[in-house]
Amino acid sequence: MKNIINEFTVRFPSRSANESFARSAAAAFVAQLDPTVEELYDIKTAVSEAVTNCIVHGYRDTLGSISMTVRLYEDGTAEIIVRDRGCGIADVKLAREPMFTTGGADRSGMGFTIMESFMDKLSVRSVAGWGTTVKMSKRLTRREAK
Amino acid sequence: MTVNHSLSDGLVRIELHGELGHHEAITAMQRINEIIEVHLPRRVQLDLAGLSFMDSSGIAVVMRTLRGCCDIGAALSLQGTPQQARRVLSAAGVDKVVDIK
Repeated sequence: MKNIINEFTVRFPSRSANESFARSAAAAFVAQLDPTVEELYDIKTAVSEAVTNCIVHGYRDTLGSISMTVRLYEDGTAEIIVRDRGCGIADVKLAREPMFTTGGADRSGMGFTIMESFMDKLSVRSVAGWGTTVKMSKRLTRREAK
Repeated sequence: MTVNHSLSDGLVRIELHGELGHHEAITAMQRINEIIEVHLPRRVQLDLAGLSFMDSSGIAVVMRTLRGCCDIGAALSLQGTPQQARRVLSAAGVDKVVDIK
């Protein structure tokens, strides 16, 4: 991915009202790479899934802190890291299975599937009791680096 | 997120406007269920043309609406589905069980 040309980190409470803020902030920052509208929507959707997982699963019934870092690379890759210090995932492989959810009736269990579908790379590191870090990246078809 | 509906000869048309993520999904589900339970339609059209964004929470809304329709023997279809929402629904295979237009 070569050199980082720009990055930002934001930290916010695990309130569901912040999901919209997080996806909009990530998309606005990534827009510097001049991606297509579809690519921007892909980023928004993946971020929304990652942040929602922190709120619904990581900090279930509690309020915690979520950090999101967005890095832009010289080759047009956008990398997004979403991290919580919540309950963690006991079995990451199982959690990434389509339709698996420990959430309520308002969850589809498709969050990781959507992230995998809409981004080029996805990694999930989690330790039960210590939290979860989701790192994902997408190479954008930018026309020209700013 | 706003939910509006209109009635016509056994058809209930339900329009969703705004963003549909986890924050909005529970309210949307509750409102849609109320509409279906009150009017007991033969057909339900979920109009998504007014959605500016949808994530996998929208999958749960559509599937729960489908379940509500099945419970009363009503048919469900999606209308005006934006490209972004269509991609989310297709990634989950919802297009195989619901008519998406």
